[in-house]
Amino acid sequence: MALNSRRDAPEPPDFSHLKRLARDQLIYLLEQLPGKKDLFIEADLMSPLDRIANVSTLKQHEVDKLYKLENKPIVSTCDQLCFLIRPRIHSVKWIANIVNTDKAAGRFRRYKLIFSPQKFYACETILEEQGIYGDVSCDEWEFYLLPLDDDLISLELPEFFRDYFLEGDQRWVSTAGKALHLLHSVYGPFSKIYGIGRCAKMTYETWRELVEDGEQRPRQPEVGNVFLIDRDVDFVTSLCSQVVYEGLVDDIFRIKCGCVEFGPEVTSSDKSLKVMLNSSDKVFNEIRNEHFSNVFGFLSQKAKSLQTAYDKRRGMDIQQMKTFVSQELKGLKQDHRLLSLHISACESIMKKKTKQDFQELLKTEHCLLEGFNIRESISYIEEHINRQSYGTEHLLTFANLRKLGLLVEQQPGDTITAMENKVGKLVTDKAVGKLTDAFNSLAKKSNFRALSKKLVLIPKVDGEYDLCTPRDMAYIFSGAYVPLSCKLVEQVLDRGWTGLEEVTRLLNGNEFAVTAGGSGGEMKTKHDSQRLVFVVFLGGCTFSEISALRFLGRERGYKFIIVTTAITNSARLLESVLDSRV
Amino acid sequence: MLRNKPDEDDYWNNSKFKAFTFEDEDDEFSQLKETKRAVNSILVVDDDEEDDLGQEKFDSWSGRASISWSIKETASSNRTTGEGRDYGFPKIETTAQIPSLPKQGSSYSLSSLFKGRSKLGNFQVLSDSTNDPSVRSFAPELRKPKSEYKDYISDWSPEDTVKRMQKGKPYSLESFRSLKDKLLLLDEAVQIHDGNVITAVLIFLKRSLSKEILFRELVSRQIALQHFIHFLKEAGEQKLLLELLKTLGRTEDMALLQYKEHLNIKDEVQRKDFLKGCISLPFSVDDASHVQDHYTLLERQIIVEVNDKHLERAGQTEIFKKYPRKASILNMPIITTLYYSCFYHYGESEGTYSSPANIKKTFKISDKQYLLAALGARAKLKAWKDVDTLFTTKNWLGYTKKKTPIGFHRVADILHKNSAPVQVLQEYVCLVDDTDLKLNLALKYKCHDVIIDTYKDMKDRHQLMVYRCKVDRSSPEERKIDDILSNTQIRWKN
Repeated sequence: MALNSRRDAPEPPDFSHLKRLARDQLIYLLEQLPGKKDLFIEADLMSPLDRIANVSTLKQHEVDKLYKLENKPIVSTCDQLCFLIRPRIHSVKWIANIVNTDKAAGRFRRYKLIFSPQKFYACETILEEQGIYGDVSCDEWEFYLLPLDDDLISLELPEFFRDYFLEGDQRWVSTAGKALHLLHSVYGPFSKIYGIGRCAKMTYETWRELVEDGEQRPRQPEVGNVFLIDRDVDFVTSLCSQVVYEGLVDDIFRIKCGCVEFGPEVTSSDKSLKVMLNSSDKVFNEIRNEHFSNVFGFLSQKAKSLQTAYDKRRGMDIQQMKTFVSQELKGLKQDHRLLSLHISACESIMKKKTKQDFQELLKTEHCLLEGFNIRESISYIEEHINRQSYGTEHLLTFANLRKLGLLVEQQPGDTITAMENKVGKLVTDKAVGKLTDAFNSLAKKSNFRALSKKLVLIPKVDGEYDLCTPRDMAYIFSGAYVPLSCKLVEQVLDRGWTGLEEVTRLLNGNEFAVTAGGSGGEMKTKHDSQRLVFVVFLGGCTFSEISALRFLGRERGYKFIIVTTAITNSARLLESVLDSRV
Repeated sequence: MLRNKPDEDDYWNNSKFKAFTFEDEDDEFSQLKETKRAVNSILVVDDDEEDDLGQEKFDSWSGRASISWSIKETASSNRTTGEGRDYGFPKIETTAQIPSLPKQGSSYSLSSLFKGRSKLGNFQVLSDSTNDPSVRSFAPELRKPKSEYKDYISDWSPEDTVKRMQKGKPYSLESFRSLKDKLLLLDEAVQIHDGNVITAVLIFLKRSLSKEILFRELVSRQIALQHFIHFLKEAGEQKLLLELLKTLGRTEDMALLQYKEHLNIKDEVQRKDFLKGCISLPFSVDDASHVQDHYTLLERQIIVEVNDKHLERAGQTEIFKKYPRKASILNMPIITTLYYSCFYHYGESEGTYSSPANIKKTFKISDKQYLLAALGARAKLKAWKDVDTLFTTKNWLGYTKKKTPIGFHRVADILHKNSAPVQVLQEYVCLVDDTDLKLNLALKYKCHDVIIDTYKDMKDRHQLMVYRCKVDRSSPEERKIDDILSNTQIRWKN
């Protein structure tokens, strides 16, 4: 697939600066509390921290012991405690408790709270209320952006989704704005910004204010376009089962911060193995965007060429052998290791997917996307619900899904066909009834059918869709569906929002397009930079969408940089609306 | 802290961190540019992921090589002055869809005339504030005599105040005393879209307004309202939140919120009693029946649990001896409970709480769901006779017939997953209507008889011959095939 790509796509900028910046600042903050200190780290900051610093970096700056922030009493004997946390009320309450316990015991310590990426007033209020404001010092570690790969940057804020889309809390909007500002400052300026969604608009405005407030110099736009998109513009894509390799690995093993933990079933030993998954893994890099059905073929070919490379040593003289060992062998061994790892991962994926009737599931998903065989699909879903056991806590989940607009209960008076009516009667479990209704209503409410038609999201295929040499982004869903989010990006980069009036109307509007210079005066831009596009997903994006954009980039000569609040998939999205925690 | 303006420089020069100029510069941009340049000039090999902060490494330090550069290199004098701005992006309308009140009156137009003075005020506040940079944004002006701060603080308009709050600069909300001013402040916070500031203003309003008035004003401010509800949820202010929802008439939300409390109650009897209290809450009709079911279920589970625990301990009951319980049945979902009851209490009369029949009836479980649970449980116990009975129906003439609402292919699948023997499996594979499906399943489960009979019925001599090669030599299957192939009565299609 990579062979017939256009060559005019520019190289991505070097995002490792972002890591350096974050590390610099963290070190600076640690230095603010001179002397030996114990560091408590919030669980979900550990992986991001891993990517930019290591234990010895921390140790150099007099961090003595490291602890995971857990909701239980601490055992530290250190006189200085440093807490690296997300701005969450319950974490701050827990810390306040520690401080007050120390106070009551007459124990003196110094405390430092480092909020990442920023602090919230609500958290400081807790400190104030608990009477420890001033006893602890507060700082912000402005670690907004973590580069996960050459073309992927994450804010690592999975709660962005729930907070904004479910709770209606805009606390992360300014964070997104600041993150954009950071990109603009280091890698910008931008020449054109497009967006769709209310959050996208607000993020743009926040960013614009920041730019206006700062001192500016006229600079040549270095990044062509920025595209901001709200996750709720396209829920459908993020809820689909993934079939490109990286997406599958994420669905099954869960990629966390660019790293996956393969269990014993993959490593074929009794230990688990953590593996970084990015473009520096040569084997992975070639299969990550491929449809799963191509992966085996690729891997076996790779195995053959590896064998050939190994075989070269036959008939070598001593000198040649020496060169071979010193120069090639290490690389070959590395390839070998990676190859066997990904082969085992594939095997494990196959096993798991066969067990859960994946083929049937995909068929059903595709039917739902196409709006075809809806009844069969519903009875398929019903059957699967019947075969599982759900707890009462989902009463709250349903309430949340309703709030998100992902679940709409059918009113008795609604027009439903006789068959659907029958299904409704057969199903005494109300949960099942609700879910089946949801599909009918989702299609209606999100105008998905009309959008799909307007944007030709369901490709017309004569015969078999060629997954080896795909012709459009639909390949990421086996040729069944072009992801709406990515299709919008494609259309808008081609011609702006003009001609998409009907589409934006169906998407509840909130689209915008702005050009640098305010009055629309075109700036002279280098051709190359115009082809560099930041696509910012507010509320998360999936690996399938990333693969689709990479494909589009190769086809059109764009270089897409995906910026997302977090990597998501169907499971994460649904988990984020669960309410079983208190 | 990256946002310090030149007017704050004096503060920094007085601070104890004076020697450290890492973040002490005009604006974010120049600093980043500088860092970028510095970083570019250093060329260090990126030492990512060499040390893992994973949990297993906690407390065990590996002395790794140091980073070859110092922070001061990047932080060295990086002051550049910006040039005039001729480059900018246009403002876009972001409020069109946001239901918020239009800006009221011009109560602060006068104060905006004094914008220039606010900088002076700012300076005064800062020079007097504590040395700790993190504390500086909080009410340092409280230490000033009253007469003094009146002069400058009241000069900040809602707009300025909100902007300052957004930037983490010192601010004061003291002067926003009239309702009108408070609301202007809130509306301004909503205008700039910063949830953090909106919540901060709401916390101030919560402290300085009676809840009746606050609630009343929030009704027409949806965005602020959402922030307030979320804040109360996170802060655990359940009581106030319930009052708010009540005022808003959101009774279903109220009921759900109260119901959610049960998750906090660990003791099952207390939880049961709590759920009983929930039944009368104003749920939607659907939810109300679920909550009623939840209560009934837990009530029964408690009875069954006590009883079964006793039986298990007594060690007299065969089933508990043979299959000790893995976990208690308390708080398990309904289908799991049904499965449990089909496993341990199958065949009990409908009168007992633990009997499958009673559970099916009480919770109106559909035939399909009942069948799936019963089949799973009985197959797990290899009680094939029970399985057989599950599907057997008698018609009025006394003939027996096998029937299922879930399709025999599914029955076979479940039996297979519970490693049923071929003799049992093939009985159900046979009953699959669709010939292709039947054949596929038979092949999958190696039900030779079914395969052979199906080929025979299809009059497919060719396939039968092919299959003959696949069965063991001189096995009963082979003999059966040979018998059929030599049967001259059959009119083969090939």
